[in-house]
Amino acid sequence: MADIRKELENRILVIDGAMGTMIQRHKLTEEDYRGDRFKDWHSDVKGNNDLLSITRPDVIIGIHKEYLKAGADIIETNTFSSTVIAQADYDMQALAYELNVASAQCARKAIEEYKAETGDTAPKFVAGAIGPLNKTLSLSPDVNNPGYRAVTFDEVAEAYTEQIRGLVDGGVDVILIETIFDTLNAKGAIFAAKKFFRENKLPELPIMISGTITDASGRTLSGQTLEAFYISVAHANPLSVGLNCALGASEMRPHIEELSQIASCYVSAYPNAGLPNAMGEYDEQPHETAHFLEDWAKEGFVNIVGGCCGTTPDHIKHIADNVRKMKPRELPVVEAALI
Amino acid sequence: MSIIKPYLRLSGLEPLVVRPETNFVNVGERTNVTGSKKFARLIKEGNYEEALSVARQQVENGAQVLDINMDDALLDGVQAMTTFVNLVQSEPDIAKIPLMIDSSKFSIIEAGLKCSQGRCIVNSISMKEGEEKFIEQAYVCKDFGAAVIVMAFDEKGQADTMQRKVEISERAYKILTEQVGFKPEDIIFDINIFAIATGLEEHNNYGVDFIEATRIIKQKFPLVKISGGVSNLSFSFRGNEPVREAMHAVFLYYAINAGMDMGIVNAGALQVYDEIEPALRDLCEDVILNRNNDNNEATDKLIAFAETVKSKGKEEKKDEAWRSASVEERLKHALVLGITDYIEADTEEARQKYPKPLEVIEGPLMDGMNVVGDLFGAGKMFLPQVVKSARVMKKSVAVLTPYIEEEKKKNPKTQQGGAAKILLATVKGDVHDIGKNIVGVVLGCNGYDIVDLGVMVPTDKILETAQKENADIIGLSGLITPSLDEMVHVAKEMKRRGMKQPLLIGGATTSRTHTAVKIAPEYQEGVVYVLDASRSVTVAGSLLNKDQKGDFLNSISKEYTKLRDDFANKKVTKTYLPFAEAQKNVTKIDWDNYTPVKPTFTGTKVFDNFDLAEIAQYIDWAPFFIAWELGGRFPDILTDDVIGKEATKLYNDAKALLQKVINEKWLTAKGVIGFWPATKTAPDSVLVTSHTNEAVKLEFLRQQIKKAADQPNFSLADYIKPADKGSDFMGAFSVTIQGIEPHIKKFEAEQDDYNKITLQALADRLVEAFAECLHEKVRKDYWGYDKSETLSNEELIKEKYVGIRPAPGYPACPDHTEKYKLFNLLGGESVTGIHLTESLAMYPAASVCGWYFANPDSKYFGVGKIEKDQVVDYAARKGMDLEVVERWLSPILEYA
Repeated sequence: MADIRKELENRILVIDGAMGTMIQRHKLTEEDYRGDRFKDWHSDVKGNNDLLSITRPDVIIGIHKEYLKAGADIIETNTFSSTVIAQADYDMQALAYELNVASAQCARKAIEEYKAETGDTAPKFVAGAIGPLNKTLSLSPDVNNPGYRAVTFDEVAEAYTEQIRGLVDGGVDVILIETIFDTLNAKGAIFAAKKFFRENKLPELPIMISGTITDASGRTLSGQTLEAFYISVAHANPLSVGLNCALGASEMRPHIEELSQIASCYVSAYPNAGLPNAMGEYDEQPHETAHFLEDWAKEGFVNIVGGCCGTTPDHIKHIADNVRKMKPRELPVVEAALI
Repeated sequence: MSIIKPYLRLSGLEPLVVRPETNFVNVGERTNVTGSKKFARLIKEGNYEEALSVARQQVENGAQVLDINMDDALLDGVQAMTTFVNLVQSEPDIAKIPLMIDSSKFSIIEAGLKCSQGRCIVNSISMKEGEEKFIEQAYVCKDFGAAVIVMAFDEKGQADTMQRKVEISERAYKILTEQVGFKPEDIIFDINIFAIATGLEEHNNYGVDFIEATRIIKQKFPLVKISGGVSNLSFSFRGNEPVREAMHAVFLYYAINAGMDMGIVNAGALQVYDEIEPALRDLCEDVILNRNNDNNEATDKLIAFAETVKSKGKEEKKDEAWRSASVEERLKHALVLGITDYIEADTEEARQKYPKPLEVIEGPLMDGMNVVGDLFGAGKMFLPQVVKSARVMKKSVAVLTPYIEEEKKKNPKTQQGGAAKILLATVKGDVHDIGKNIVGVVLGCNGYDIVDLGVMVPTDKILETAQKENADIIGLSGLITPSLDEMVHVAKEMKRRGMKQPLLIGGATTSRTHTAVKIAPEYQEGVVYVLDASRSVTVAGSLLNKDQKGDFLNSISKEYTKLRDDFANKKVTKTYLPFAEAQKNVTKIDWDNYTPVKPTFTGTKVFDNFDLAEIAQYIDWAPFFIAWELGGRFPDILTDDVIGKEATKLYNDAKALLQKVINEKWLTAKGVIGFWPATKTAPDSVLVTSHTNEAVKLEFLRQQIKKAADQPNFSLADYIKPADKGSDFMGAFSVTIQGIEPHIKKFEAEQDDYNKITLQALADRLVEAFAECLHEKVRKDYWGYDKSETLSNEELIKEKYVGIRPAPGYPACPDHTEKYKLFNLLGGESVTGIHLTESLAMYPAASVCGWYFANPDSKYFGVGKIEKDQVVDYAARKGMDLEVVERWLSPILEYA
C-alpha cells in the first residue's frame, strides 16, 4: 500500500467533503434507515446516518465514489457517531463495533470500484473518522453545578478504543480525530489509540487531528487558544493537525496561518462552505471555497485541504483542480538543541 | 521555512512556553493540602468555592503554573482531585495557566490528568519502587501528554549528595529518552531541596549539593529542567518569615544562576535579593553556600540574628479621608490620582446605586475621566499620570462589563450608544509601538473605544478589521523610514476599497511634510498628521464632530496644499552639485601621517548575557522622558517648576522597575562586535575583508548639496584609508535586549499600561546604553585606539569621544539595505537573535546596530537630499535595480 507520508512530501492531498449534506440529497425514509435487519427496532432510527453503512451501503459507497471522482485523495469513513456513547441516542450501543467495521469496508470497497471503473492508479486513502461525542469532559451540562460531568474519561477512552478496533479491523489507513471542540475528549481518543496499538502489538497507524475553533474569539468551545490546543494534542505525534467545521474559509484563514507557523507536523484544513444562512443552509459556491483554499496553498499554509459541512463533490472538484499544481507547505525544522 | 525550538511547552486555556529567557517559572504552592492549612481546611469542609479563590490568588500573584495536591489521610484524594480540577476548568481566569498534578499516589495523579484538557506537569514519578513501575508510570504520563517531574529518589532512597543527585538523574534520563520515548525538554528533575541550618553538621552542605548538582545536570542535559520545593530549605526557621524569605531569595539567586528553571513557591511572597538587609544577606549566603561554617559557626550566627529580627509589618500611613466622600467623588478621586486599591468595591457600590451599569460609565466614570482629560489638556497632569488613571478606568469597566453584557442579552434592541471606535496599528515591517501604545491609552481615556492591532500589521488586516469593526478613524504608526512607503500604500488601498474613515499618521519617522506631500494626495477622505498623543485627542474630537469635521478637514487640506507648494518651491532654493563634483570634494585627511591602530583581534566577539547593572550606568535618560512627552534636559527636568514633581515620580518608578529588571533578570542583553581589515577602493566604496576571507564591498552615500567654501561633501567612505595609502580597519556591532514579551503580556493582562510603557521605554534605553557601553570598551580596549579616554556619562551622551558608530538607515548612511552586509559580517541573525523584517526593522524592537570608524577626523553628519546621478551610480555599484534603490531611499531623494 502507498505510504501517505511519501505522498505528503510531494503534494497537497485533498480530503473529501460533507457526508451528511450528500445523504440528505437522497431523501431517505425511516424504512431506508431500518432496512430489513432493523425493521422492528423499538425506536426511530432516521437520522442515524452511520447506520446506513449497514442498511444502505450502496448509498454510502456511491457518495464515496463521487468524492473520489471529484479528486479526493482521502475519504472519511461514515463513522462520526459510531461510538457506544453517541449510539445511545438510538439505543444502538451494541452496534458500535460493527458500524465501524462496516463503514471502513464501504470506504475500501468504494476505492476498489472507483479504481476498476476509472483505471486511476493514484493512491487513495481511507481515514477512520472519530467524532467528538455528544458528551464533553471539560464542560458541565448543568450550569448550577460546574464540577459535574456527564461522562468520565475512562468511559470516553473505552468508547473510542472500541471504535478504533472496528476501524482498524475494517481496514482504514489512518485515524482521523476530528471536529474537536473539547480537547479532553480528543485526549481520550489519543490515549485510546496509543494504548490500543501498543497493547495489541500492532504498528501504529498515522493519526490526523482536526480541531474546531467555534467562533470569533479564536478559541475552542472548551476555551483553549489555538496554540494551547496544539500543545495539548502534540503528544499524539500526529501526521497532521488542522481545523475543520464551524467556520467558513474566510473566518478560518488567520487560524490556519497561525497553525502553519507553530505545527511541527503537516497542516490540514477543511472548512465549511461559508457560514450558514438564515435558513441554516450553506451557500458558498464551489469556486468561492476553492479560491480561498488556493490562496492558502499559495501562501504555503497547508498540506491537506478539503471541505466540511455544506461542501459537495463539486466543491471538492474545484478545490482539487485549484491546488493540484501548488507546492505543499514545507515541514518546519525541529531543532534538537537550544543554540 | 519556520524553525521549532525544543522548548518545554505547557498549556491551560493558554500556552506557556518555557524559553531560555523565561528565567524562572513560579509554580503556585498554596493549592496544596500538605502545605497550606487554610486550603486543607477548605477542602475538608467541602468549601470548594473558597478553595478556588486560593487558586485565583496564586494566579493573580504571578504563578505561571498551579500545583494541586490532595494528599491527606483524611481525604478521598481521587475524589477531591477530580472535583477540584473539574471546578478549575470552569474558571477561565484560573484555568488559563497549566496545572501541576501533585501526589505521591499515582492513582491521584491519574485522576487529575483525566480532568485536564491542557498539557500538565506530573509531580512526580521516581525509581523509588524500581525501574519497572517507573517505566509503567512514565508511559501513562506520556499517553496523557504530560511533562514529568522525576524525583531524585531510587531503590536506595532519596538523593542527598551532589553525586547521588547527578547519578539518579542520569539513569532516569536514559530510561525516559531511550526506552519510553520522552523528549528531553519534557523532563524536569526535582533533585531535592533539604532543610539546612538544622544544627546537624551533615545537613550543612545540602544547599551546595543542590546548586552544584543543578550545574552539572544542566551541562550534561541542557534541555531538561530543574525544579524544587524551595520552602523546605528554611524549615528550621518556621515562624520567622523575614529570615525564611531572605534564605529563599539568596538560595534562588544562586540556584537560578546554576540553571534552576522552576520552583514551587508562594507566588507573591518572594523577596528581591538586592533588597535584603545586607547583614542578613551575608549570613544567609554563608549558611547556604556552607562558608565560614566550621562547627556550625555560620548556622549559629544566623540563628542568633534571627532572634533579633522581628516580623515588622511594613505599615504605611495613608491619607484615607477621601474614603468618606460619596461614591461618585471616590471614583473621581481614584481616577484622578490613579488609585486602584478600592476601585472594584466602589464600582460595585455605584453599580447598585445606578439603574443601569452603563450609566456608571457614562456618569461618574466619564465625569472623572473628563477631569483627567481637562487637567491633561491644561498641562496640569502629565502622561504618566494619565496612563495610571487609564488603568483605574479599565479595572472599573472590567467590573461592569459582565453586567452590561447581561443587559444587552435581555434587551437586544437597546444597542449600546457606542463610543467612537479608533483602530491603531504599527504598519507592516515595523516593530516599534511605544508611541502608539501611549496614543491608545490617551484616546481611551477620552472615551474612545480603541482597537489596537499591534505591530507588523499588514495593510489587508488593518483595513479588513476597520471595515468589520466599523472603525470611525484609522491611526497608523511607524518609526523606520520604509514605514513611510507602507503608509502611502495603506492610503492607496483605502481609496481602492472606497473607505470613508479619516486616516491619522504618527510616529517618529513621519512628518507633516511627508504626510502632505506623499500620503494625503492618495486618499481624499482626510489624512491628518498627528504630532503626539496629546494632539491626538483634539484631532479625533474634531474629526468625529459632524459640525466641525468639514471645517477641520478643509483647514488641514489648505495647510497641506501650502506645504506641498513650499516643498515644490523649496527645491530651487538649494543647489546641488553634480555627483562627480561632490565626489571630488572629500574630507581631507593627511593619510601619510596617520597610522591606523590595529584592533586587538579581527573577527567577531559575542557578548551573551551582558551584565545589565553595568549597562544601566550608561543610560541616557532624556529620551526616556521624551517618550513620556516630558521634554527638557536631564537631570534639570527633575527639579522643573512645572513638571518636576511628576518627572521625579516617573524617574523613581522607572528606576525601581529597572532594579527589578536587573535583579530578577527579566531581560537579557546580547551583542556582538567585529573588526576587519578595510580599504577605500573607490570614492564611496570600502572593501572589507571578513574573517572568513570574504570580500564585502560596502557602499556609502555622499552629501550632494553645494557646501560653503572649504566645507567637504561628507561621505563615511572618506574616513577609511584609500587602498594606495596602505591598510586600515573598520568595525561593526549589533546589540539587543531580549525577553520583554512575557512581561509585557503580564502587564497587559493586569491592564497596567503604565508599567508596560515604562518597561518598553526602559528596554529602548538599555539597548542604547549597551551600544554606548560597548563602544567605550571598543575604543579603550578591544580596538584600543583611544586607551587613555576618560569621559563622564554626560560627555559620552554628548558624543565627545573619538571615532563614530553610525547606523545603517540613519542620517550618515541612510540606506537600510546595507544592514544585510553588516549582519553577515557579524555572523548572521542567529548570533544575537535579532531578526530583520522585510522593511529591515530589527526585532526585538530594542536593538541597535552600526559601523565603527576609528579615524579621529570622523564625525556624525547627515547625507541630506541627493540627486538622481548619485542614485543611478549607487544602484549600479550595489547591483540593484534603480527602482528598488529609489524606493529604499525615497525619503532622501531630491527629485520626485
